Amino acid sequence: MEELAEKSEIEQTEEKNIENLVQFLSFTLGNEEYGVDILRVQEIRSWEPVSRIPNVPSYEKGVVNLRGAIVPIVDLRERFGLGHLEYTALTVVVVLQMQTEQGQDRVMGVVVDSVSDVVDVDKKTIQESPNFGTKVSTEFINGLASVNERMVMLLDVDKLLKLDVLEDEDEN
Amino acid sequence: MSIDMAQFHQVFFEESFEGLDIMETGLLNLDMGDVDAEDINTIFRAAHSIKGGSGTFGFTAVSDFTHVMETLLDEMRDGRRQVTQVAVDVLLGSVDCLKEMLTAIQDEQEVDVASVNEYKKALEVELNGEQANEATTTVEAVVEPTQLTNSAGSGWSIAFSPHTDLLKTGNDPVRMFRELAELGQLTSVVDFQGVPDFYDLDPEDCHLSWNLEVVGDIPSADVDDIFDWVEESCDLAIQSLKQQSDDRHQYVPPVENKTETSTVETKKQAVVDDTESDLDKPKSTKKEPSKPAAKGSSSIRVDTGKIDTLINMVGELVITQSMLSLVGEHFELNKLDQLKNGLSQLERHTRELQESVMNIRMLPISFVFSRFPRLVHDLSTKLDKKIELVMVGENTEVDKTVVELLSDPLVHLVRNSLDHGIEMPADRIAAGKPEMGTITLEAYHRGGNIVIEVRDDGKGLNKEVLMAKAIEKGLIDADANLTDKQAYELIFMAGFSTAEKLTDVSGRGVGMDVVRRNIQSLGGNIEIISELGKGSTIAIHLPLTLAILDGQSIAVGDERFIIPLGAIIESINIKESMVNRVAGKGETFRLRDEYLPIVRMHEIFNVKNAQATKLTDGLVVVVDGQGMRCGLFIDDLLGQQQVVIKSLEANYRKVEGVSGATILGDGSVALILDIPGLVRLSNQ
Repeated sequence: MEELAEKSEIEQTEEKNIENLVQFLSFTLGNEEYGVDILRVQEIRSWEPVSRIPNVPSYEKGVVNLRGAIVPIVDLRERFGLGHLEYTALTVVVVLQMQTEQGQDRVMGVVVDSVSDVVDVDKKTIQESPNFGTKVSTEFINGLASVNERMVMLLDVDKLLKLDVLEDEDEN
Repeated sequence: MSIDMAQFHQVFFEESFEGLDIMETGLLNLDMGDVDAEDINTIFRAAHSIKGGSGTFGFTAVSDFTHVMETLLDEMRDGRRQVTQVAVDVLLGSVDCLKEMLTAIQDEQEVDVASVNEYKKALEVELNGEQANEATTTVEAVVEPTQLTNSAGSGWSIAFSPHTDLLKTGNDPVRMFRELAELGQLTSVVDFQGVPDFYDLDPEDCHLSWNLEVVGDIPSADVDDIFDWVEESCDLAIQSLKQQSDDRHQYVPPVENKTETSTVETKKQAVVDDTESDLDKPKSTKKEPSKPAAKGSSSIRVDTGKIDTLINMVGELVITQSMLSLVGEHFELNKLDQLKNGLSQLERHTRELQESVMNIRMLPISFVFSRFPRLVHDLSTKLDKKIELVMVGENTEVDKTVVELLSDPLVHLVRNSLDHGIEMPADRIAAGKPEMGTITLEAYHRGGNIVIEVRDDGKGLNKEVLMAKAIEKGLIDADANLTDKQAYELIFMAGFSTAEKLTDVSGRGVGMDVVRRNIQSLGGNIEIISELGKGSTIAIHLPLTLAILDGQSIAVGDERFIIPLGAIIESINIKESMVNRVAGKGETFRLRDEYLPIVRMHEIFNVKNAQATKLTDGLVVVVDGQGMRCGLFIDDLLGQQQVVIKSLEANYRKVEGVSGATILGDGSVALILDIPGLVRLSNQ
């Protein structure tokens, strides 16, 4: 029943301002809910063992073979400092894509606790991410949206996937 | 009988371009002093095929042009003409011209008549001018009885009765007559007595024979050429119209006669040219700078060995498939093992098939390198420099796309080396270097990269000059303090050129920035190593997405790695007595007379649960990477296999000590070790 109610609600908003709607895939990390632009999601897979890459931060779990392409897997929990959770058969890997400045497509998998929903968000209602100073890193967060009274943090996929490059620059 | 000839065009162009390459290589390899007749023959044959083909397809401009080349070559072949550098250069020029003509035709564009005529004239000057001079010195050669027929005064009578299968061989008498008619006034009498009744007539047979008379001053070679292709499939009798009576007459003034013949020919050619260009001029607008992409599908030549492997694999696949369907037909649980076997076989075959299909795209880098002997030859003559080109590793295989995209940047680099790198012979001698400069092109695999080096032993890059120039051009601040490496990087900036004067070879200051951009767009990088006065090396590193490498898989703990087989020297079981410690920490071991550092894989890669932590428990693989030798300490060797190199950087980034990744038989990913990187890593 609740679902039905939700749907009709969404439909109503759709009718109102269909142009301003953006779809996000929402997933959870611990108690927090995050969302990524659904157009950036290539596929959703279950966790499978990775090949470890030596001498990299622990949140970069390793690489897997995704139909012939070598794709890195990043644990978002660890990346955001939310602690490690044992991987089970229910652990989900969301494969995201981005384009680099050179126009090359990059693909990367992120490990999340579970995928919850596809949500429609009105662009106008997206709130800027609050500034916590240096205490909390919000560099990957594009904005906040409210879905059914819950707060969903919208992630900037480009920044998320570019993190390796940024680090490289830091090293130099 | 009308066949759509267009369907054969593609093949003709491919063969012609191949022929041109053969001609070019042949010409470049000609040794002036001691010419091998067989070499000339090879060049001649290539030219001849192009002429024949272009004639058949009606590309008269090409066949006319080739004809002149052929005449020159023919004389060289018969030893009637000395092979001179000038002649070779003219011929090389004509090869270029032909290439342009063919490309233009292929792109369905107008042939640039003016430039073609220029080359043609150069050829004719070479042909005639030389002949006039030479004739006085080698009169005997010209007057030899067999040569007499060469310039029969007033024409030829030809009895031409083709065999019935002439048409099936693809020859068209009408085309031949057309060519004859171009030589002189042609009268032909057809004998159609051989034509059978209508009911017995096979339209593909040729039943006609001809008696032909061509009137005019025509060299016998020209006539022979026309019938060259059909000699096998016809009865042919060629007689000079006035052979007997002409004998004495010809003998007296052979020189004049010969020269006359050629001038007549030249005039005629000139006339033909004029009309041609007149005809073409109204139509031929200036060459469009951008080529339309009317090239059609690109094709690739594949080693038959590769195709055979593919066919074998498909065969195996079919067998496996039929086995599986048999199992599936009446499946019972006790057949489970059979099913599993079949499935794993199927998996293996599919994978092999996939790999071999990818292998088809791999081309040896010699496809790019092969154009450089010509380039170096031409430019060194132009610049009055003496340069030798050395090519190493031409058989290194690279993906087709990389081969195609690599060629322009490489041309830039080689030109630069020629123009800016190598000094003039006098300067070289003054600097105590051999007069002959050397440019080395080398290609090799380094892990997942292909490295292409352009090396010269010229003057090297001068940091001071580079910086002064950059300051002058306002590219850097006057008080900038750059390292050597940063200073070398300056040459990649747009608008930077240190050459004092511009040449048409290089020095315009566009180029290096484009080169770098091209290389980067391929996902590679470019690196300069230079020593003032000694020379410089420009190394292009390109990651290979499809390269295949012979690898040795090794085990460290639960993890699998691949060592490029080429890097492995040997694997040994180490004894405690062989191990020495430097300052109590750095471990070395003695291999014959050398002390080599030991790199413990499980330590530098932080592998947990490695089985062997004591040196005597595991294996030491002695590897060599760019001259750096070391012993890799690992748990075990697993097996050798060909692996498809996948780039880590495509979706990830560079990892120190790892050059790429590959997908193992079970679908998991294994990293390919980068030996020099490992050595660096262990030194940190």
